[in-house]
Amino acid sequence: MLAFRRRAEIANPIFFFVLVVTLFPLGVGAQAKLLQAMAPGVIWVSALLAAMLSLDSLFRSDFDDGSLEQMLLSAHPVSVLVLGKIIAHWLVTGVPLILIAPLLAVFLGLPDTALGTLMITLVLGTPVLSLIGSIGVALTLGLRRGGMILSLLVLPLYIPVLIFASNAVEMAATGMAVSAQINILMAIMFLALVLAPLPAAAALKMSIN
Amino acid sequence: MENRHYQLQVQRLSCIRDDRVLFSELAFSLKQRQMLLLEGKNGSGKTSLLRILCGFREADEGQVLWCGQEIAHSDYYAKMAYVGHLDGIKKELTVTENLKMALALGKQGRMTIDEALDKVHLQGYDDTLVQSLSAGQKRRLSLARLLITDNILWILDEPFTSLDKQGIQLFESVMSEHIEQDGMIILTSHHDLSLPAVDLQTINLSSCH
Repeated sequence: MLAFRRRAEIANPIFFFVLVVTLFPLGVGAQAKLLQAMAPGVIWVSALLAAMLSLDSLFRSDFDDGSLEQMLLSAHPVSVLVLGKIIAHWLVTGVPLILIAPLLAVFLGLPDTALGTLMITLVLGTPVLSLIGSIGVALTLGLRRGGMILSLLVLPLYIPVLIFASNAVEMAATGMAVSAQINILMAIMFLALVLAPLPAAAALKMSIN
Repeated sequence: MENRHYQLQVQRLSCIRDDRVLFSELAFSLKQRQMLLLEGKNGSGKTSLLRILCGFREADEGQVLWCGQEIAHSDYYAKMAYVGHLDGIKKELTVTENLKMALALGKQGRMTIDEALDKVHLQGYDDTLVQSLSAGQKRRLSLARLLITDNILWILDEPFTSLDKQGIQLFESVMSEHIEQDGMIILTSHHDLSLPAVDLQTINLSSCH
């Protein structure tokens, strides 16, 4: 299942991510203190937008060329196939974001103490973005211009992840304990992992109609 | 496995689209070694009927039964294959990779990938990207997909589109072979079939009100 997609536009979301984060210092000016204070929020907001940008590629090409029909007709449970697609999507969009994030954190002068927390929140958070996003994409697949509705559908569901993750990084930067936020993020991740593929599969069946 | 007899039954099926009755009270049954040809004008509901048979659409009335059970609750999806207007082929992948993907979704049938490619005269194209194949060659590739997986019922929507004369002959010979090997086929076509040895039923949807 993971060989399912290759040569996709992997570069696009990372490029966007890097671009937004590097543009911030230019826009705000060289105020080290301010940048440092904003860093967790900036990195997380950009990661979230980059993830949303890449969501459409999750099922779109399969929908257009009919592979999705073949997937739905196979004897395997659709939710498992969907989970496979989501994991593949996370590997090509989420993992590169995680890998490049420390570099950007150093750009913005995030304290070293917060770096580990940033990585943990990204590792826990980006899968959630792909999982929740899959439901939104599956729902809007049949619409010709689903982009706007997709963001309206998905963004409110992303906000808890954003709040807890950037809060955790901020706390870590000031040297406080962050286990509470990490635990909540972990809970959200596992909940989404178990629950998201089912509605996504059901929504795909509706979209193909 | 072969001592079980498979049968597809359709009972009192009707389909309404945009307040227009496409067909109503449609009933037929198809056994192994039988073939069903759907005819009708453009827009008479041929594709809609096939999509109902695949379970993509819900029928407005009536039932589709596989061996006496509703298709969603039987082993129907393990025994059927569908080739629609969209080929269900990834154009970024090579010919062999596409067939391997089909195998991952289904069960290995009576032909290996190489044998099937020989059969549809695509030998030598194994490592070609599907992007660079012609429309007719893509059709042949979908035919190869039918051959490598283990199916009883083939549902084909306009299988002869964009095939040349030889391609049509090839497709017909493959279809009659499939029928001889206890298969069944439902297809829509504007071509006149020249399959004398096959037990053929014809339904004309234009006269089905």
